[in-house]
Amino acid sequence: MSEATPQKPSQSRPVDFRGGGFAPKSRRWVGLAAFIVLIGLAEIATRSGFITPLTLPKPSDVLATFVELYQSGLLWKHLFPSLSRLAVGATLGASAGIGVGILIGLFSYIRAGLVPLVAAIFPIPKIALLPLFVIWFGIDEGSKYALIAFGTFTPTVVATYGAVDNVDRTLIRMGQSFGLSWLSIVRKIVLPGAMPGILSGLRISLAIAIILLVAAEMLGAQYGIGAYILEAGSLYDLERLFVGVVILSVLGVTLSVVIGWIERRVLNWRT
Amino acid sequence: MDIRLSGISHSYGQLEVMRDISLDIPAGKIVCIVGPSGCGKSTLLRFIGGLERPDKGEVLQMGEPPKGCLNPLTFVFQDFALLPWRSVRGNISLVLEDHGIRGSEARAIIDDVLARTKLSDFGAALPKQLSGGMKQRVAIARALAVKPAVMLMDEPLSALDSQTRELLMDDLINLWTRTPFTAVYVTHNLAEAVRLGHSIVVLSRRPGEIREIVHLDKPLTERSFGDPDLDVQQKHLWTLMRDEARAADAELINV
Repeated sequence: MSEATPQKPSQSRPVDFRGGGFAPKSRRWVGLAAFIVLIGLAEIATRSGFITPLTLPKPSDVLATFVELYQSGLLWKHLFPSLSRLAVGATLGASAGIGVGILIGLFSYIRAGLVPLVAAIFPIPKIALLPLFVIWFGIDEGSKYALIAFGTFTPTVVATYGAVDNVDRTLIRMGQSFGLSWLSIVRKIVLPGAMPGILSGLRISLAIAIILLVAAEMLGAQYGIGAYILEAGSLYDLERLFVGVVILSVLGVTLSVVIGWIERRVLNWRT
Repeated sequence: MDIRLSGISHSYGQLEVMRDISLDIPAGKIVCIVGPSGCGKSTLLRFIGGLERPDKGEVLQMGEPPKGCLNPLTFVFQDFALLPWRSVRGNISLVLEDHGIRGSEARAIIDDVLARTKLSDFGAALPKQLSGGMKQRVAIARALAVKPAVMLMDEPLSALDSQTRELLMDDLINLWTRTPFTAVYVTHNLAEAVRLGHSIVVLSRRPGEIREIVHLDKPLTERSFGDPDLDVQQKHLWTLMRDEARAADAELINV
């Protein structure tokens, strides 16, 4: 390479770029656009008769049914009991799950005793236990809270003890080397360090809570989104069925947005 | 407060890592420990700090720690060990809170140590915003806040680039000259050892034994980058270690 032979311009070409991609960026409106395009296509297809009304209701009819539900005041009558069941059940289940998960993460004996138990409970479809819950907690609210709580409990436990296991051990050693008390280490190092894992576990647990909410309301509930969907389904009233389903989706998206917001607030220290 | 190690031996299962180490660490001096990788330098430091227990032998505190000392044996870690969710001030206040120091008293201590480590303007910053050198200065400030009797420094500059390392060595020398502290300084970098050590303990490779203790009489403030006297010492240390370092490098790791 030492010879100073100047390269002719005809022999030079730019180096090929091959480094792009594999780096997700935030594209704000694409998600919304995907929804609008999909619903628009469904509207066009149902209007033109390409899809018969028996197969799929017209999105505009679904909207009209929703407006009707809202104006009749029944929307709140269905939504309020559902939301309170979700709140009570998920709060009970998630807080018990976080508590037990932290205990499993901190104490070897509790881990040895409870991890197999959690693994045994996790795959049971909780809906199958609904009759049992009805016997234990009664046909009204008690059994519904229990079902939702039980369903959110197991995934929260697994996510929480995994998160505690992943806390940087060097930080804990640091705490010990400065003579921090056990409680301070747990409160100031282990808990905040496990927070990212706990919150991402909560995303999954809350989606499961919504699924179980509907299941619970299909048995012995007069009001509630689940009862509304069940009634519409048994009458093959597809417009109302879809209104119910859309409400559930919106509920799911809202919860996910709320958790995302909490993550941004609480976990702003992450790189 | 002096530290005395007497007859420390340790093995991990079948693997003997340390054999009969006895050493005195006098107050107000910096003792550097150097040795080939895997000779148990950091393990020895964890014994001194009470984070691990040796199989045989003991670590003794000679005399009482000075008054006002909150945490006599205080570590500075290679990877800084700052809580990423706490600001610079929060990281320092963490080690004061357990001693019941809060409010204005804590603020005074934090202001003082931040000033001594030239971090006064960065109190509110999160660790992710800081460079490696600044992070280690925060860790040093945190260690100073508990007024340690002995600082246990585990390769504190090894995660930094060579220019930052020079700057931090100057900072450490300034800190020591203003208020002399006792330190055990573990490093694999011989240049750091001859710059900062009043005495340098050379360990052999596994099982680690003391091969030689080199005393340097030149005052810390008169040592500088590229000092010919220090070069001679550094060469001497290197001849002591070279063969062992090569053998340690060629060894299979079976821990």
